Amino acid sequence: MMTAIQKLGRSSIQLCGNVGYAGLFLIKTLVRKPRPIKGAPLLIQELYSIGVFSLPIILVASIFIGMVVGLQGYNILSKFSATEQLGQLVALSVVRELGPVVAALLFAGRAGSALTAEIGLMKTTEQLASMEMMGVDPLWRVIAPRFWAGVISLPLLTMIFCAVAVIGGHVIGVEWLGIDTGAFWSNMQASVDFHLDVLNGIIKSVVFGFIVTWIAVYQGYATEPTAAGISRATTRTVVYSSLAVLGMDFVLTAIMMGGW
Amino acid sequence: MIQQREGLGDLIRIDHLTFQRNQQCIFDDISLTIPKGQITAIMGPSGTGKTTLLQLIGGRLKPNAGHLYYENQCIDGMSNKQLLRLREKMGMLFQNSALFTNLTVYDNVAFPMREHTQLPESFIKDLVLMKLEAVGLRGARNLMPSQLSGGMSRRVALARAMALDPELIMYDEPFTGQDPISMGVLVKLIKHLNDALGMTSIIVSHDVPETASIADYIYILAQGKIVGQGTPQQLADCQDPHVLQFMHGLPDGVVPFHYPAPDYRQDLLASCKEREAS
Ligand SMILES: Nc1ncnc2c1ncn2[C@@H]1O[C@H](COP(=O)(O)OP(=O)(O)OP(=O)(O)O)[C@@H](O)[C@H]1O
Ligand SMILES: [Mg+2]
Repeated sequence: MMTAIQKLGRSSIQLCGNVGYAGLFLIKTLVRKPRPIKGAPLLIQELYSIGVFSLPIILVASIFIGMVVGLQGYNILSKFSATEQLGQLVALSVVRELGPVVAALLFAGRAGSALTAEIGLMKTTEQLASMEMMGVDPLWRVIAPRFWAGVISLPLLTMIFCAVAVIGGHVIGVEWLGIDTGAFWSNMQASVDFHLDVLNGIIKSVVFGFIVTWIAVYQGYATEPTAAGISRATTRTVVYSSLAVLGMDFVLTAIMMGGW
Repeated sequence: MIQQREGLGDLIRIDHLTFQRNQQCIFDDISLTIPKGQITAIMGPSGTGKTTLLQLIGGRLKPNAGHLYYENQCIDGMSNKQLLRLREKMGMLFQNSALFTNLTVYDNVAFPMREHTQLPESFIKDLVLMKLEAVGLRGARNLMPSQLSGGMSRRVALARAMALDPELIMYDEPFTGQDPISMGVLVKLIKHLNDALGMTSIIVSHDVPETASIADYIYILAQGKIVGQGTPQQLADCQDPHVLQFMHGLPDGVVPFHYPAPDYRQDLLASCKEREAS
């Protein structure tokens, strides 16, 4: 019994310590004089390798999710003979929940794990150390561009995700199941509120982008410099960021539904 | 004992340095100086902490006691920012090369120039080609580090370390994996850099004859202490058992070849017993 309590205490202290380190690490990365002339090309390159390379998986996933929501929704709505409302159902579920959450989960698997592995390998092969010895701060040169690229990419990917998913729902609802196009779009237009739905979805995706990339770059930077260490860090990135996204989604939804 | 030698004074001064790593004492109260404009060699058995000493000089590790000075600035007391600025004046060849794997050979050598200077790209190109020519790899400039052999990577890393013509250049095992021809070229190159450009060089190496041929002064470390020091000539004539053993590569002597371990016979007997038991 005592040992169990001791263990719990030790692991919670460790957890607090790790969160503290991660926070300090983030502050050191972000709080510095911006150097736009040298930083911009680095950022653009990372936007390309983080954002653009995540595009295929986001596109494929979103079209299927839109189609599935369309099918399921049609089935349920037809019981109430309200199939014209399909546009509203697809748009709301995608923009409010599915878009930000699924895009963030896919992003953690595709880009987050790659970031962790890349940074971890750079640490293991002493590339970060040699950069430090050249008088270049790896937090500025390696971590910051990747962090900002992640924070910028995920909201953009989420918007693409939502748009394509709505098209997926349209394909199923209108082309296949024969709902009237006009009804599909006008119901959607009438019920989706920019502030309540679209903006809140974007806020969620910004928060998720921040969390997922933070976890990914921190895990990479704190990797134990061995092959097994890299594999553990990569796994941790995916697990922690998925859980954090789902948890934060609940918190954000509660706040948004509550008073806003 | 700190010996004063003629010359321009000391670039690095290490003062009663003690350093421990997980209870293991790596340096036990050592003092040494690296005089300006000279080649100082640091030799010693594998695992005595030569690489660690270079890391301490670069400020990547902090000593447990004692101080390191770079021209009278205390390295271990510097903030991160000051350290980064100090390191612009240092070049270091890492023991495992540590090339940036996502950049070509050319970009690797250009990296420190692009980071620390405002030179136009055409200028950088000339400089990079000069550095690569010096190590014989101008033709390999478009290769990626993964396409290089071990010896080639070391030479690229050497070109990168000297890219900015630093005041102090630290070579961690510059000769490993080099064939006799490039070994000869590198020895000359290091000597040339030091004499023509007035750099200060620290060489960590196990190649006794090559190092002795260019070094002005040699320190031999073993078991956390400086066990011998002097000019190559002095060391060659030295009768101290540590120095004698190291300079002539004798397996038996005061410096043990083995990492600290329990008695060999007992270790083997113990595994025999385990086998019988199972
Ligand atoms: N990251 C580390 N963590 C813990 N101990 C370490 C670490 N790196 C090195 N050591 C220990 O420090 C000691 C000195 O290591 P160092 O790499 O400085 O040796 P070295 O003299 O450069 O050896 P070599 O000639 O083989 O390169 C070794 O005994 C090693 O076990
Ligand atoms: Mg070493």
